[in-house]
Amino acid sequence: MSFQVLGTGHYVPERIVTNDELSAMVDTTDDWITRRVGVKQRHVCTTETTAELAYQAALKALEMGNTTADQLDMIICATVTGDNICPPLACSVQMMLGATCPAMDINAACPAFLYSIDIAAGFFARGRVKKMLVIGAERMSRVLDWSDRSTCVIFGDGAGAVLLGEGDSYLASVFHTKGNDEIIKIANFAGMSPFYQNETDQPYVQMNGQETFKFAISSICRDLQQVIADAGLQESDIALVIPHQANVRIIETAIKKLNIPPERFCINIENYGNTSAASIPLLLDELNRDGKLHSGDYLALCSFGGGLASAACILRW
Amino acid sequence: MVFEKIAALIAEHVGCEAATITAETTFESLGIDSLDTAEMVIELEEQLGIEIELKEKMDTIGQLAKFIEAQIEAQKG
Repeated sequence: MSFQVLGTGHYVPERIVTNDELSAMVDTTDDWITRRVGVKQRHVCTTETTAELAYQAALKALEMGNTTADQLDMIICATVTGDNICPPLACSVQMMLGATCPAMDINAACPAFLYSIDIAAGFFARGRVKKMLVIGAERMSRVLDWSDRSTCVIFGDGAGAVLLGEGDSYLASVFHTKGNDEIIKIANFAGMSPFYQNETDQPYVQMNGQETFKFAISSICRDLQQVIADAGLQESDIALVIPHQANVRIIETAIKKLNIPPERFCINIENYGNTSAASIPLLLDELNRDGKLHSGDYLALCSFGGGLASAACILRW
Repeated sequence: MVFEKIAALIAEHVGCEAATITAETTFESLGIDSLDTAEMVIELEEQLGIEIELKEKMDTIGQLAKFIEAQIEAQKG
């Protein structure tokens, strides 16, 4: 017993920021961003909170799954940009939905959504839940240095949600962590302790792009090959690969190294930027609503990011 | 040895003759950006069997070769 996906949803803030608009703010161009990252536009919060993004995505997943909030047995939110350190984002979403079930957050950086559905699979396996909501939601715009052209052009805000019910769709998963606090880092707020003596970093995304790229490529290739084998499948069996939307160049390079036809790799980064833990459920919902997912399809989901952490899993749709 | 390997990879990547690449050739002049460089370094890591950590920005092929040679020495020692 693991789970099946009963419903999906996503939500993004209304405000769209184009590359041309960013070009007026920092020294960059639409052409540079498009070639180097693959992003054309991103949605950015103006008045929306992370909780509102998560809540709206959750409502859509619940509606698709013909489920009401009072039927939920647990809510997990995957995020690094919840509105508060406490309460956890999932608790705010529980309140907004009017649900009464337990709720908690998981921080595993960009792959946190995949870590979260694996945790969900454990609750289903132990018979503790019948319906669970797993949400990836991020307000990355809050943790960007908007004067740093190397990072502010990459990210966007958004949320994606899946409603899970009892089933056997979750076939295999792999997880890896290579502890490193330099290559990708978002420092927490410094605080005001009169006793703390260490220097503190600004609470913005800092990234070594080349090392991130190398970690991403090696992770995608290793994790996908491993998880496909663990599921007893061949690369040719995979109907669609749903990779974390970090940078289109990462996906293009991974395609060259794997024996999966390029057209099976799903990409929507051009419209949303890198939405961290939200990118996979957001893309999954788009594919689902566009009718691109068919019953029995083997989907390979993979993600990588800060930590350095990576993950992959196989879903049978 | 490292320089020749890099030159061969670059030649394959951009479709030029390896002999035309010198230590002073810049990545920019060949239309190679930082992610292209990272992609080639992944290939070099596989060929040389070492980990190469890209910590600093390098402008020329010679700088990258020197940097990698230093990392090979460090990992030997």
